[in-house]
Amino acid sequence: MPATWILLIVLALSAVGYVMARNKALQSAGGNRRALHSLPSYYGGNAAMAAAAPALFILMGWMILQPIAIDTFVSSNLPAEIRAVPGERSLAMADVRRIADGLDAAVSQGALTMDQSRIIESTETDVRALLGTVGVALGSEVDAATLALAQTYRAATDTGNMWRAVVILLVAFLSFAVAYRMTNKDFRARPFVERAILLLLIAAASVAILTTIGIVFSLIFNTVDFFSRYHAADFFFSTTWEPSFSGRGGDSQLGFLPLIWGTLFISCIALIVAVPLGLFSAIYLSEYASNPVRSIAKPLLEVLAGIPTIVYGLFALLTVGPLLMDVFGRDGVLGVTWMSGGTAAITAGLVMGIMLIPFVSSLSDDIINAVPQALRDGSFGLGATKSETLRQVVLPAALPGIVGAILLAASRAIGETMIVVMGAGAAAALSMNPFEAMTTVTAKIVSQLTGDGEFNSPETLVAFALGITLFVITLGLNVIALWIVRRYREQYE
Amino acid sequence: MTDLTNAPTGAAPRRFGSLLEESPRTKRRNAAEKRFRIYGMCAVGVGLIFLAALLFAIVRNGIPAFTQTYMTVQVELLAEKLDKNGNRDIDDIKKVSTFGYNPLIDTALEKAVAQAGIETEITRGKDLRDMLSSGAAAQIRDVVIANPELIGSVQDFTVLTSSRVDGYMKGRVDRESLARDPNLSPAHLDIVDGLVANGAIDRVFNLAFITGADASESRPEQAGMGVAILGSFFMMLVVLVLSLPIGVAASIYLEEFAPQNAFTDFIEVNISNLAAVPSIVFGILGLAVFIQFAHLPQSAPIVGGLTLTLMTLPTIVISTRASLKSVPPSIRDAALGVGASKMQSVFHHVLPLAMPGILTGTIIGLAQALGETAPLLLIGMVGYIATNYPEGVASGFLDPNSAMPAQIFEWAKRADPAYYERAWGGIIILLVFLLTMNLIAILLRRRFERRW
Repeated sequence: MPATWILLIVLALSAVGYVMARNKALQSAGGNRRALHSLPSYYGGNAAMAAAAPALFILMGWMILQPIAIDTFVSSNLPAEIRAVPGERSLAMADVRRIADGLDAAVSQGALTMDQSRIIESTETDVRALLGTVGVALGSEVDAATLALAQTYRAATDTGNMWRAVVILLVAFLSFAVAYRMTNKDFRARPFVERAILLLLIAAASVAILTTIGIVFSLIFNTVDFFSRYHAADFFFSTTWEPSFSGRGGDSQLGFLPLIWGTLFISCIALIVAVPLGLFSAIYLSEYASNPVRSIAKPLLEVLAGIPTIVYGLFALLTVGPLLMDVFGRDGVLGVTWMSGGTAAITAGLVMGIMLIPFVSSLSDDIINAVPQALRDGSFGLGATKSETLRQVVLPAALPGIVGAILLAASRAIGETMIVVMGAGAAAALSMNPFEAMTTVTAKIVSQLTGDGEFNSPETLVAFALGITLFVITLGLNVIALWIVRRYREQYE
Repeated sequence: MTDLTNAPTGAAPRRFGSLLEESPRTKRRNAAEKRFRIYGMCAVGVGLIFLAALLFAIVRNGIPAFTQTYMTVQVELLAEKLDKNGNRDIDDIKKVSTFGYNPLIDTALEKAVAQAGIETEITRGKDLRDMLSSGAAAQIRDVVIANPELIGSVQDFTVLTSSRVDGYMKGRVDRESLARDPNLSPAHLDIVDGLVANGAIDRVFNLAFITGADASESRPEQAGMGVAILGSFFMMLVVLVLSLPIGVAASIYLEEFAPQNAFTDFIEVNISNLAAVPSIVFGILGLAVFIQFAHLPQSAPIVGGLTLTLMTLPTIVISTRASLKSVPPSIRDAALGVGASKMQSVFHHVLPLAMPGILTGTIIGLAQALGETAPLLLIGMVGYIATNYPEGVASGFLDPNSAMPAQIFEWAKRADPAYYERAWGGIIILLVFLLTMNLIAILLRRRFERRW
C-alpha cells in the first residue's frame, strides 16, 4: 500500500474520530455542555490527535529507516571486492536501485505484469531496452547478479511496505480506540490536547537544531571521506589548485591556499569600498541629514540590500567588468594594460562592496544611535563642533559595535557566492594584483558540485571540505561579532 | 550686579579683535566641520549613484528583451510536399519533418524579397532563410498538423526572425560586427531594411519571453522565462506551506512557553547562527540530505523548496518573535484573567493580533528566497534547460525544472550576446515579482499595524 494511501486513511480516521469523540462526550453529559470538563472540541481534538499523531510519527520514521535498512541488507549481498570500496559500492547500489525502480515503473505503465516482472531474466529479455521504453535510462547492460539483487531489493521493499501499512493502521486504530474509550464528561481533555500542541511547538523549534546537525553531519561525513582519498596536508598547505576534469584522475592538485587567498582578497576590496561609504552614510543620515532627506535616502540605500545577488552578479559580469576594462584594460582611457579580462578580483570586490553598503550603514546607524545623548551633550557643552564630537566622542564610544558590524559584513562577503562566480573569474591565483582573475572558496564549491549526483571522487568531495572551512570561518566571525555587539550594548544599558 | 557692568580688570582678555571675526583656529575648526559633513553627503550620494547606475543598467539592457522582431511571410502549403499521398492522413502529414517545410519557406522568402523590390546579391532562398529563426519551420509544421485542411492554400505566418536580425533592429548588431559573423552577412541587413520599409518585418511586444520556455543555445530568439517562473512558483509554494507553520510554531514556543534553560538557549543560538550561515552552505545541506541521503529527485522544485525553507526559517522566526513580543502583556493577562488557559490566550488572542506582522515577515522571507540562486545551483536546478512545461501539479513539484534566478544565471553563462539581453530582461521580471511582494508587505503593515 503506498504511503499516500496510508496517510489518507489515517487522516480520514482522525477526522471521523473527531466527530465521534465529540458526540460521545456530549452524550455522556446528556447534551449539557456545562457538565463537561473541557469544551467539546477538545474531546474531538484529543481523539483526532490520538488517531493521527503516533501513526504519522511512525510513518515518518519508517520512511526514513526502511531505505537505509534495505540498502544495508542488499549491499551485504554484493560481492566482497565491490563492498570493500565505498565508491564502487554506492555505484553498484545506484544501479540496483535504478533497475528496481525501472521494473516498478514498467509494471505501473503496463509494460510488464507483476508476475512477469518477478521472473524476468537478463538472458532472455533485454532488460535495458525494456526499461528504456518506460523512460528509465540505464548506463550499461544488466547482468544477472545485479538483476537478482534488484529483485531482492524489490522483494524487501514490498515486504517492508506491507508491514508498514499493517503496523501503522493498527497503531492508528488502537490509539484511537483507547482515546475514544477514555472520552466521557469527566475526562480532562484540554490538558491532554494542550500538552500535545506544546510538543508540536517544541518539535517545530527543534527544526533549527536539526538543520544545524544536518549541516554539520553532511559536511563532516563527506569531508572525512575526502580526506581518506586526499592528504589533508596537501589540501591545507598546497599552493596549487588544478583539479583534473576527467573525474577519476589521480593527478588533481587541490590546494586550499589560493582559494582562501582569493576569498580574503576580494572580501578586503569589498570592505574597503563598503566600510567608509557605509560608515559615513550612517553618520550623515543619523546626525546631519534633515528629516525629509533621511526618510528618502535611507530606504533607497536599503533597496541595495534587497536586490538579489544574481542581479549584482550580472551587473559585475556585463556592466562593471567591461567598464573597468575600458579604463584599465588595453586601449583603455588610461592607456595602461593592467587588466586582461573583465572578470577580476576588483570587479567582484567593487560590486560586493556596493552590496554591503546598506549592511554596514544600517548596523552602524543602530550603534551610533545607541550612544547615549549625554555623551554628546557633554561634548557640545565643552564647545566642540559636531564633527569633533562625532570623531572624538561618539565614534570611540561606538567603536566596538562598529567593529562588530564590520565583522558581520566580512562574514557576508566571505560567504557571498553569485557575485564571485560571475565576476571574479575562474583561475585560482595567489597574487597581489587586484586586476587579475581570482577565485574563491564559494565559487569553487559551485563549480565542483554543480550537476553531479554521485560523490565518489576527490574532485567533488573537495567541495565539502571547502564548505566546512567556509562554515567554520563565517560561524566564528559571527559568534565573535555578536559577542562584541552584545558586550557593547550592555555597556550603555 | 554692578560687578557685571564694570570693565574687566586684572587678567587680560585672551581674545583680540572682534567676536564677529573668526580667528584662524575657529576657521580651521569650522572648515573641518564642513568637510566632515561633505564627506557624509558624498558617501550617501555615491551609494545612491550606485543604486541609480544599477537600475539604469537593468532597465536599459533589459527593456529590449520585451520586444521581438517578427516577419510575416506568405507560405504556400504545397500539397505535393506536405501530403504526398494526397489523402490528408494525419499520420502521413506528421511524417514530414521540419526539413520538408524549409523549401516552402525558401520560396516564400524569395517571393517576399522580389515583391518588396529589393535588389540583392543573395538569391538563393536557402541563404535568405538565415534571416529567420531556425524554429520557424517547426512553428509552421505545428500549425499544419493542428489544421491539416490548410494544406494546398496560401497562408500568412508571423514567424520569429533570427537573433541577429533582432539584434540589428535593436541596435545590438551592425554591419561591421556581421562581417566576422558566419550566421548572417551584411547583405542580409539590406534586405531587412527593405522588408521593414515594406512592413513585413516588425518589432512587437514579446509575450513569449514572459510565458515561453527556454530554448537551445543557438536559438536565443525563442527563449522565455515562463517555465522558470513556474519552477519558482512551485518552490515558493513549498517554502510557504512549510516555513510559515513551522516558523510560527517555533516562535510561539520560544516567545511564550519556553522555560529559561540550556535547551532554549541552544535553540536560540542555533537560530541566530543559521541566519548568518552563507546560503551556499544550505545548498550543500540540500544536496547531501535531500538528494544523496533521501534520494529525492535531483533538480526538482520540491528539493529546492525544502532547501530554501531551511534557509528562510530563521528570518521568519526572528520577525515572528518580534511581532509576538510587540503584543502587550495586558492582552495575555486579560485572557488569563477570564479563565482562558495559557494555550488559549496565545492562540485566541495573541496570535491573531500578531498576524499582520507575521505575514509581513513571511512575505519578506519569501522574497529573499525567491531571489536566491547559489543553493539552487548545487541541487542541480540550473544544468537543466527549462524547456518543458510541467504536466500537472505533481510534475510541477517533482520534475526537473529551473527557477527564475537560476535561469538568469544560465543565460548569463551562454556565449551569445542575445542571451545577455534575455538575462537582463529576466532580472526585470524577477524584480517586478520582488517589488510586488515587498509592496504587499508594506501595505499589510500600513493597513493592519497597531500601535499599543
